[in-house]
Amino acid sequence: MNIHVSPQPTDTADDGIAPGGVLMEVRNVSLSFGGVKAITDISFDVRKGEIRAIIGPNGAGKTSMLNVINGFYTPQQGTIVFRGRERRAMKPHHAVRQGIARTFQNVALFKGMSTLDNIMAGRSVLMRRKLFWQMLWHGPALAEEIAHRRVVEEIIDFLEIQHIRRVPVGKLPYGLQKRVELGRALAMEPSLLLLDEPMAGMNLEEKEDMSRFILDVNRQRGTTIALIEHDMGVVMDLSDRVVVLDYGKKIADGPPDEVKSNQQVIDAYLGVAH
Amino acid sequence: MLYRTAGQFKTSYYADHALFPVRQDAMLLGFILLLAFVVFPMTADEFVFKALLVPVLIYALAALGLNILTGFAGQLSLGTGAFMGVGAYACYKLVSIFPEMNIVVAIALSGFFSAAVGVAFGLPSLRIKGFYLAIATLAAQFFLVWLFEKWAWLYNYNSSGAIQVPNIDMFGVTVAGPNASAVVQYYFVLCVVSLITLLSINITRGRIGRIWKSVRDMDIAAELVGINLMKAKLSAFAVSSYIVGIAGALFVFLWRGAAEPVLFDIPLSFRVLFIAIIGGLGSILGNYLGAILIVALPVVISALPSALGLPVSSATVEHLNTMIIGALIIAFLIIEPHGLARFWAIIREKLIMWPFPH
Repeated sequence: MNIHVSPQPTDTADDGIAPGGVLMEVRNVSLSFGGVKAITDISFDVRKGEIRAIIGPNGAGKTSMLNVINGFYTPQQGTIVFRGRERRAMKPHHAVRQGIARTFQNVALFKGMSTLDNIMAGRSVLMRRKLFWQMLWHGPALAEEIAHRRVVEEIIDFLEIQHIRRVPVGKLPYGLQKRVELGRALAMEPSLLLLDEPMAGMNLEEKEDMSRFILDVNRQRGTTIALIEHDMGVVMDLSDRVVVLDYGKKIADGPPDEVKSNQQVIDAYLGVAH
Repeated sequence: MLYRTAGQFKTSYYADHALFPVRQDAMLLGFILLLAFVVFPMTADEFVFKALLVPVLIYALAALGLNILTGFAGQLSLGTGAFMGVGAYACYKLVSIFPEMNIVVAIALSGFFSAAVGVAFGLPSLRIKGFYLAIATLAAQFFLVWLFEKWAWLYNYNSSGAIQVPNIDMFGVTVAGPNASAVVQYYFVLCVVSLITLLSINITRGRIGRIWKSVRDMDIAAELVGINLMKAKLSAFAVSSYIVGIAGALFVFLWRGAAEPVLFDIPLSFRVLFIAIIGGLGSILGNYLGAILIVALPVVISALPSALGLPVSSATVEHLNTMIIGALIIAFLIIEPHGLARFWAIIREKLIMWPFPH
């Protein structure tokens, strides 16, 4: 399946980084809330075109890490380098414009809107027509709407959610909501997609579906993915490289097989006698 | 059976994005427009224009403005009455400073004044939400009404403290003031309200409407799809206050003919808010249904006994009126808490399915 490039080329369209090059780098990031240190001096990178997993026990700082990357939290120390640009503080909507999209652990959809509208909302940034043309509707605004609708319909086809196109997402079962949320993130045409526990609370079949979608997104669309997941089977199968956090510190980083046999990782997950 | 949609297929996105994907809806609207533009003007008398048709249209327009802010963008406001006042006073000043100005231009411009005031009082929405925001807009309500009273320049220093609409001609026809005929005023209001309704429908179904609804449903997620919350909220305040301001200008110039500050006090805000809530938040049609229930029905009920020749005293009629309207509001809210527009949507759904239950 070939997704159209959006009618207005955004700065996400071509980032000039060769596959395998460093797309995003986290440099010595530390984040604390008052006296609680959520993240301590963490550095790792995400290469273009890979699936990068961030794992760790509960409270390890995984979600905080994502929140730092997409601008929700401002770290006290350290910087994020995304596509060669270094920064510490930014607003989430700027991160989106630079090409970082994400989904949430607990679904964050627009409940009163239909599936179609939710995914179309993901394209708001890529649409340009202002109030005047919107008021007239016919003409440029409608042309733009239809061009984006076409792209959104391809995402709907891709995720196999045609039958719920018009259904308000608040009425959908959890597994489908997760899929719609993935669709909304894809609609932003991100160069880096952050997935926060995409398979939480799903049954085996839904997990298999979701894994297939993640792999397809990565392979067919070339989207770089960083994901947090607790299902180790899924993580080890999907990801190219894994970074392991524990108590806000990085304890391992490498290919799944290497990480799996790392003594520190085993200790962190199974506990160790002191 | 009338609402059978079988056989109406869409073969292009263009057709799917039409205003009325279902043909029967278009026919129904055509019928209503025929009533409004042809049948009513031919049959109605002065009383019907002045007491029913014109106020319903103006209140529906005010509720539409509020609905864009509260129903679509999710920002609660209790300052509607004052924003209507800004529109009315702005129009009054424009007309007295530039007597040559076309009244349509004056009304269109006065909306910008209320939009600016609305944006200024919408700034707190960037920090606070829900009921707390409502209290902040309440400050606008009190401050502006106080200003209308104290700032004598606004009412041209006349001794009564009220504004009086002069006779205003447009293309040789008197449209506002004591000499204007009711039919002309009705047509004027109808055209303005229809046009703004059409533009509002277009805004709310496109990109900007989706942005507003995203902010309403979950502002954090909206920010994460790249929506600038500040822009989204303030644009909702601007568009909403613009429409409310236009409604305020029409309210005074095309209907009341005169106004004093107390007219724009909080009962007016509440009245418009009730229309929006009972009609249905997040709906365009709802504003009309709400306005018919809240504005027109009391007039019809109070005119009924004398029309039927029943010997009921006018005081009793007033009491009965309040009771009936109150009971109806409660009944409708129990039957369908999401308002009359949703009520109609359910009926329509059933009609499409009929005679099958699902």
